[in-house]
Amino acid sequence: MYGILIIGAGEAGVQAALTLRQQGYQGQITLLGDESGRPYERPPLSKQCLLDGSDAPLISGSQQLEALNIQYRNGQRVVAIHRNQQQVELASGEQLPYERLLLATGAQARTLTIEGMPAEQVLTLRSRGDAERIRQRARPGQNVVMIGAGFIGLELAASLRTLGLEVTVLESAERILQRAVPASIASLIAAEHQQQGVEIRCQSSVEYASSTDYGYQLHLLNGERINADWVLAGIGSVPNTHLAQDAGLNVDNGIQVDHCLRTSDPMIFAAGDCARFPLDLYNTEVRLESWRCAREQGEIAALNMLGANTIYNVAPWFWSDQYQLGLQMVGLPIGVTQEVIRDFNGSRLVFLLNAHQQLVAACGVGPGNTVARDIKIAERLINQGLHPSAEQLADTSISLKSLLKG
Amino acid sequence: MANWIEVCSLDEIDPEDVMRFDHNQHSWAIYRCPNGEVYATSGHCTHERIHLADGLVMDDIIECPKHNGRFNYKTGKAQGAPVCEHLKTWPTRVENGLIFLNVE
Ligand SMILES: Cc1cc2nc3c(=O)[nH]c(=O)nc-3n(C[C@H](O)[C@H](O)[C@H](O)COP(=O)(O)OP(=O)(O)OC[C@H]3O[C@@H](n4cnc5c(N)ncnc54)[C@H](O)[C@@H]3O)c2cc1C
Ligand code: FES
Repeated sequence: MYGILIIGAGEAGVQAALTLRQQGYQGQITLLGDESGRPYERPPLSKQCLLDGSDAPLISGSQQLEALNIQYRNGQRVVAIHRNQQQVELASGEQLPYERLLLATGAQARTLTIEGMPAEQVLTLRSRGDAERIRQRARPGQNVVMIGAGFIGLELAASLRTLGLEVTVLESAERILQRAVPASIASLIAAEHQQQGVEIRCQSSVEYASSTDYGYQLHLLNGERINADWVLAGIGSVPNTHLAQDAGLNVDNGIQVDHCLRTSDPMIFAAGDCARFPLDLYNTEVRLESWRCAREQGEIAALNMLGANTIYNVAPWFWSDQYQLGLQMVGLPIGVTQEVIRDFNGSRLVFLLNAHQQLVAACGVGPGNTVARDIKIAERLINQGLHPSAEQLADTSISLKSLLKG
Repeated sequence: MANWIEVCSLDEIDPEDVMRFDHNQHSWAIYRCPNGEVYATSGHCTHERIHLADGLVMDDIIECPKHNGRFNYKTGKAQGAPVCEHLKTWPTRVENGLIFLNVE
């Protein structure tokens, strides 16, 4: 019995290992991670961990790995998969056999090179170590420039601003969160940043940097200059696919898997941020960077490694916290032709409908968790294929929950 | 020892819904299930310290507003990742249209 091997001890990998045992699997389970320490949650790294200096919380359930007889080996980097022998090779040269293999290798932050600026002055955030570096660098009153106004960039901007830094956000697109959320939501988030004293400059790109007596100066393409003590890049992430690629598996912006999260080799599965999968609900293929999706896929991959044929076909869900604002989004904004806005008590919900008047996504933002319940209802409407009319969605005298009951 | 305190009138919570109740620096989530019975759990999720009263009640389940951890609010049982620790539950009773909670 060679058992099941999991590469990557993040959200997807840990969940897969736990699920295998919950399902009664008795064979050997080995969870390999190249980071040190216990498996931890990444979302707090840009939020609470920066604000109060707390350690990243451990992934829930990961405290029980040993008790469940799951062999967790940290600090172990897999350097190759030998599919013919059904073995993986560690950096140490050790070879480990597998019957089934799960790739849960996640993604890494895309790095940025700025001419005239040393690489160590341009930080990114993906790991516990990255968060620690940012925390050690940040001092109140510093000028920091955040390049990229995606979720991680904006969360970092919010946290650093709260810590008393002078923050400028540069975004090359026309507006923040351009591909992620509707303009009617993005404008509320941009307004909050401005209110808090963060300067957001859209359609702005850095050409090069020069050093000054007190730090650096960034020269923008439009000729303007901005002072920066250091720079953060939040320009997206790249899936960790090299192992899969070198082993000859199909890779295309993510490790290509089928509905059951199986790669082009039936013994090998992939889940989480590293995987690109078909999503029938939207008749498309996607790679997501979503905490919940990683966990759910880890679970499904585990079931399928044990012989099930469970498919992942639900509306993706995501959240972001900035200052006291909570944002949640469910679904994919594909083929959107109509937006319905529902405002209440300082919160906003936006429903996105396609040309067939079908609800495809919903996004909300408001203080704390005020939009959570309605986003959960939207999630159920989408997953159950219920399509309330734009009029019903807009009418605040109709409770959204009543739409669920038909 | 029983220590019953008045929470609110039954009408203040919709069927299949939840409300926050604070008393003496403690916080609870009070649920009215679809058939009208009333239940109480500690107010905060066991994953992070997030109040459950902003969550969604469907049948016997409360879903946490933050990361969708699910609990059976009648038994307090955590339904799986990201929540593994159960919720504490508290006795309730309804009398003359008023909800009472035993906080001992
Ligand atoms: C700062 C930050 C904030 C975020 N905030 C949110 C949020 O608010 N909401 C949300 O929904 N999502 C958020 N996310 C995204 C979420 O954290 C990810 O979607 C999730 O972590 C993906 O889990 P995963 O298991 O696929 O990958 P990861 O968590 O990346 O785990 C993969 C692991 O595999 C390891 N690994 C890779 N290659 C190898 C190898 N060859 N050998 C051994 N180990 C290897 C990696 O080092 C890593 O530890 C955030 C992410 C970051 C970085
Ligand atoms: S705080 Fe409740 S699930 Fe995370």
